[in-house]
Amino acid sequence: MPRELINANPVVHGKKERRVRNDSPNIDEYAEEPIDQQEIFDILIMQNHIIPYYALSFDQVLQYWPNYYELLFSLIFSNHVRDIKDPEHPYSLEELNVVSEDSIEVNDKLNHRDRFVCVIAIAKPSDHFLYRVTFTPTVEHCSMATIIGLCIRVKLMRSLPSRYKIDIRLAPGSHATEAAVNKQLNDKERVAAALENPNLAEVVAECLAPTFA
Amino acid sequence: DGNLALKEIQKLEGHTDRVWSLAWNPATGAGGLPPTLASCSGDKTARIWQQGSSGSWNCTAVLEDTHNRTVRSCAWSPCGKLLATGSFDATTAIWQQIGGDFECVATLEGHENEVKGVAWNSSGSLLATCSRDKSVWIWEMQPGNEFDCVAVLQGHTQDVKMVQWHPHLDVLVSVSYDNSIRIWIEDGDLNDWSCVQTLGETSSGHSSTVWALSFSSGGDRMVTCSDDLTMKIWDTTNNPSEDGSWFHLCTLSGYHDRTVFSVNWSRDGIIATGAADDSICLFHETKDSLVGGQSYSLILKKDKAHDMDVNSVQWNPKEPKILASASDDGSIKLWRLTQ
Repeated sequence: MPRELINANPVVHGKKERRVRNDSPNIDEYAEEPIDQQEIFDILIMQNHIIPYYALSFDQVLQYWPNYYELLFSLIFSNHVRDIKDPEHPYSLEELNVVSEDSIEVNDKLNHRDRFVCVIAIAKPSDHFLYRVTFTPTVEHCSMATIIGLCIRVKLMRSLPSRYKIDIRLAPGSHATEAAVNKQLNDKERVAAALENPNLAEVVAECLAPTFA
Repeated sequence: DGNLALKEIQKLEGHTDRVWSLAWNPATGAGGLPPTLASCSGDKTARIWQQGSSGSWNCTAVLEDTHNRTVRSCAWSPCGKLLATGSFDATTAIWQQIGGDFECVATLEGHENEVKGVAWNSSGSLLATCSRDKSVWIWEMQPGNEFDCVAVLQGHTQDVKMVQWHPHLDVLVSVSYDNSIRIWIEDGDLNDWSCVQTLGETSSGHSSTVWALSFSSGGDRMVTCSDDLTMKIWDTTNNPSEDGSWFHLCTLSGYHDRTVFSVNWSRDGIIATGAADDSICLFHETKDSLVGGQSYSLILKKDKAHDMDVNSVQWNPKEPKILASASDDGSIKLWRLTQ
């Protein structure tokens, strides 16, 4: 018997064009602008251990990366969140406008921009950052909201260094039981128990399957 | 006491997933028995750690192949002979040391889903368990490691995160995802357990999940901690079995900036807290003679006590300057509070 869908006819939006990596080889290693910003951020964000590589001051960092935050958000989005599949449809969360680049915030816990940058730059081993991802379910009584949130959390948990703090929230006003869903998604005991549930784990695995590469 | 410090004595490694909970064996650390600590983890095991003659700590037993999901909590019976472990697999196991090995001598089944907390009463005759199924069960120990369920306590509207008994009275406290704290006693005439008081937001209680509680050694104070980032101190002088009620004394806020998962009151009167901000805080009561009341002040904050969330902090009952902490980073740390 076919399952009844919560949202039978979702509006499908286009995928945002991927940021194109500048792969042109720069042979001259002493050239003035040898730093591929994107590559650096790929390294910083994707690696499980941030390398103590760029011991730069905040001013120096901004000099190299004036669009530091924009880049950071964009990379987190493109690398971690956009391709998660909707639990009901063969579309990605991006195509359904459930998440967009605007939905990710990164903060260091003290909100000091320069501390945040320095932390990345010199990689103090136990400093952590907070990632806050907000998402908008396609319909406001969507019972899939918890699953989508769980998928986003799992994706980030698996992709980011373990010391990063992750908060997942529904976009304000986007869901009938917003507070309850938020509370559940940010209770790590419930998340841990949910992921030990074979049925839920399977749904999450399907949503995170890399079919949109 | 400006020179207080929390010095790491040893880091205990062995668990392969987050460590949820710790319990000191109350019968050890004296009379020739080496100090013993139990831990439990998302790796589905519990571990026993013991201090050797050289002073260093080692894992002496791994309690495995019994729970098939996360082991969420553990508690020693007051005599130190039995260890109870509560698991997401909905069961509670009772372990006994037989020879050199720990054997599972009883399995308590009944909860519908994840068991989140286990606690023995002061005489060791009763064991309380709590679950995501919103209920608290009280089990009575019978001869031969038999456990009879004598009460199922309904009242919480969401998961029950932790249960704990009063240190001298058979008064049980439960804390929940429904933000409330409930106090349960046995009605002597009816042989039935009932909730005599609910400390919710309207009783100056917490505004989000209450994760843990701890009593002062005298039993006249209780502290609770929450996802609302605060700790609350309650006056528990009055005996609920004699119609006495408990009330809010004060709220400690502004010390942790993420969920406070664990709180523990030492025999010396120092409150330790562990939180998702990776830090441990210590508080002490200060008599405020001007106001005529008590207040609690921070005496130490250990930032980055662990690489990840601190899930449990427990003072050693025999050596009250020794603190154990457990973390999502998979490690347990032993600390000494020095002056």
